[in-house]
Amino acid sequence: MSLKVIGKSRRRVDGRSKVTGQTRFADDIVLPRMLHCRLLRSQHPHADILEINSEKAEKLPGVHLVLTGKDFPVPFGIMPVSQDEYPLANGRVRYVGDPIAAVIAKDEQTATAALDLVEVKFKVLKTISDPQEALQTSEPRIHEYGEHGNIHRIQSYEFGDVGEALAKADHVFDDVFFYEGNTHLPIEQHASVAAPDGEGKLTLWSSTQVPHYIHRALSRALQMPAAHIRVIACPNGGGFGGKCDLHNHEIVVSRAALKLGRPVKICLNREEVFYMHRGRHPVLMRMRTGVTKDGKLTGMHLQTLLDGGGYGSYGAASTFYTGVLQTVTYELPRYKFDACRAFTNKPPCGPKRGHGTPQPRFGQEVQLDKIAEKLKLDPAELRLNIVAKPNTLTANWLKIGTIGLAECIRQVVARSDWKNRFRKLPEGRGVGIACSSYLTGAGLPIYWNKMPHSGVQLLADRSGQITVFCGATEIGQGSDDVLAAMVAEVLGIDPYDIRCITGDTAITPVDLGSYSSRVTVMMGNAAIQAAEKLKAQIAEAAAEQLEVLPSQLLFSHGKVFHPESSNKSLSFREAVEFAEAKFGTLGAVGSYSPPRAPGRYKGAGVGPSPAYSYSACVVEVEVDKATGWLAVPKIWIAHDLGRAVNPVLARGQVEGSVYMGLAEALMEEQVFRRLPPKMSHALVHKIPSLLEYKSPTSLDMPEIDTILVEDPDPNCPFGAKEAGQGPLLPVMPAVANAIFDAVGVRIDEVPITPEKILRALELKAAGKNPRVGPERFPEVPYPPSTFVLPPWENGDGKETKRDDAVAVV
Amino acid sequence: MAAVPQHVHLKYLVNGEEAPVSFAPYKTLLEVLREDLNLTGTKHGCELGECGACAVLVDGEPQLSCLVLGVECEGRHIETVEGLADGGTLHPLQAAFADFGAAQCGYCTPGILMTAKALLDKNPNVNRDQIKEAISGNLCRCTGYLQIFEAIEEAAKQMGAK
Repeated sequence: MSLKVIGKSRRRVDGRSKVTGQTRFADDIVLPRMLHCRLLRSQHPHADILEINSEKAEKLPGVHLVLTGKDFPVPFGIMPVSQDEYPLANGRVRYVGDPIAAVIAKDEQTATAALDLVEVKFKVLKTISDPQEALQTSEPRIHEYGEHGNIHRIQSYEFGDVGEALAKADHVFDDVFFYEGNTHLPIEQHASVAAPDGEGKLTLWSSTQVPHYIHRALSRALQMPAAHIRVIACPNGGGFGGKCDLHNHEIVVSRAALKLGRPVKICLNREEVFYMHRGRHPVLMRMRTGVTKDGKLTGMHLQTLLDGGGYGSYGAASTFYTGVLQTVTYELPRYKFDACRAFTNKPPCGPKRGHGTPQPRFGQEVQLDKIAEKLKLDPAELRLNIVAKPNTLTANWLKIGTIGLAECIRQVVARSDWKNRFRKLPEGRGVGIACSSYLTGAGLPIYWNKMPHSGVQLLADRSGQITVFCGATEIGQGSDDVLAAMVAEVLGIDPYDIRCITGDTAITPVDLGSYSSRVTVMMGNAAIQAAEKLKAQIAEAAAEQLEVLPSQLLFSHGKVFHPESSNKSLSFREAVEFAEAKFGTLGAVGSYSPPRAPGRYKGAGVGPSPAYSYSACVVEVEVDKATGWLAVPKIWIAHDLGRAVNPVLARGQVEGSVYMGLAEALMEEQVFRRLPPKMSHALVHKIPSLLEYKSPTSLDMPEIDTILVEDPDPNCPFGAKEAGQGPLLPVMPAVANAIFDAVGVRIDEVPITPEKILRALELKAAGKNPRVGPERFPEVPYPPSTFVLPPWENGDGKETKRDDAVAVV
Repeated sequence: MAAVPQHVHLKYLVNGEEAPVSFAPYKTLLEVLREDLNLTGTKHGCELGECGACAVLVDGEPQLSCLVLGVECEGRHIETVEGLADGGTLHPLQAAFADFGAAQCGYCTPGILMTAKALLDKNPNVNRDQIKEAISGNLCRCTGYLQIFEAIEEAAKQMGAK
């Protein structure tokens, strides 16, 4: 059957609000009697709080309330395993910016003035500034929980005997890479408004990507029944993963509103957004890969060291994601993955677009370029020869469905005229290629349960209107449009005739949120299920009227009709009327849970997904050898998204990903500096402003040739996989590889700045190794591996003893 | 003790309508628009003149409203996104932004729309380089800018055709 809505470029269903300024973001909410909140934040990266005196602040006219740590005895954290934060510091601060006290006043001006009157006595503790220092410093511990010392998480997994795989390889490539941290930089600063209703129950409007998780965590943090809390996710002014935590300020304004019986608002300023962070982890990694002389991979051993910052956040998941998807792109018979996340006295890191995967992806794709160079193979051909096979399991027991990667590679190679340009452009110009894969939704929620990941409820009545309810959150990616499109396609109506009510825990069924590229597949499948149920009822009632069988009816163009008899036709509204008369009040629900993953070892829950998306990218660069200046005139990106629900939006997701990948490749870095010793010597953000934290402007964007590769996946709604994260991943390594093609130097870290290129060119001129990047990987006390046999070595998906494994092999 | 600031009373012309307004004199035009005139269509991303989200037109010129004091604008004509449509009919820029995917989250959109309006009001025959230059002070984090360029080009075409 041909599709009427899916696959057609349309104005998004919420497009008009966005261009008329009517989209109501959290900071646009103004309520009668509303007060304003500001947070006092730590100026010390690591200190014990000895005393807080808020008397003077409380006496300032216009101040209604001052809250401190003693008002919040219960810790919180977005993941059940990391309940390590307090809304306001409970005796200890762990990074510059850690909230200590809150002032609620008649306006922001007064609240800000009162912050200066809060007196805090600190005992300054040793600052732990990076993961290597954390490994060497067991005391003071930043947290009392975690593995030991200042190690938050440390783990090792081995899928088949990797030592043997490397020993038997024709070549082993051993590289160390560094990926600097960077931040989401949503243009909307986080804002929240909390208000008690007439019955004393709480409503929180917030710029959050995950209202359900916030609802759950807020109930615990406030020690208040979830039934008395309503969380409304306002449309986000950009998320990118930065609005996925329960944030301190959300709890603080909630408590304040309940205490004062009045609405309380907070909007963070830009500096606070930088300090709240939860962005990309800086990762140092070592990658040892065995290859045959014809370029097949025999095994890989990846070791990572993550700089987690001061709290857990999503770090337990990030630690896994910095390795588990390495097996999904190419055939990899054996794989070992050691990971360590250290606590440091910096803003906490968490999930940013691509969550954990861009760092090892950068390493793998640059290393593949080195492999191709050494083996004298074309790097595009090398990749084509090792693309993972569809409908297979990986070494770590992930189930892969459709793979459009080979087609992606062929497309970018053809469109960029790769064969006539690679190694053939004049000195100073070059092209590079890289590929990637990404999740279409995390297979497990962040807390263990057997309930659906997404629910959709439909309301239909005699007016012919359809209202669709879902907890999914519109963060700009177009989730409302996907929701309307799915329902419209099934019911044969116009998507603009559907009203979407989303992201409100009081009135919408649970959806886990806008993260891990899960919304299209999970919400979409739930929406189709609900719409099919409603359609069946309408069809039964309409068939009775038209004296045909329900199965003979088509739903299309706002009509319900028998395709072969022109007089057997009802308008959709008439058909709904008959259904309401026959069945009573109409409504339908749909649910979605991902398929059960085959891995049975502890830790197998991170990595499974209903489907994986694939991307290939070619980047062209021009390098000025005198200055190291780098220009990127053009990027070709092909993305296998299964099917484009709305191609104009899908293209936007792909180009937005390329933009953000290029930004990470060239300039973005969340880095820190010490204040001078005569000041506090504190470790502070180097550049917490939009001017100094460089991100690309309209003048920096290259031409992008975007190719949407459609290989519909049976697990996905109308075959649609994800488009919002995967296409970011290949950009950074493609830039690095293009620089090598242009001037023969390797930059094994991001961001790739002109200074680094120039330094590498100077090394080259001096006859030294023309490479800039980390020199060594430190000793990390990884534990013995959890050993699991790959599917093709008679594994059963469970942990096994290594000795048994050797016997089997 | 902080002194209670005196309010100033003055009049703007906002989107073609007389708008008397009273506010504390330290307030920026951005704050006056959002807090005292309830025109929340104009956004803020930094309040330091770095992101362009708060751009409005003052006497036809794009201005970062976070860097303009409210008291500087007495009697001047201020155009915001709320005044861009002609009644219920979208301005060609608005229609093109909606149709071409130029607004994803929509947060930078009002500032870019107003900046682009000033550009096209002066010269609808713009080329891509001029568009890039005109909006180079408006950061967008979602789109990668290309669909914004295309939308402005489409609007220019529509406006030229009229």
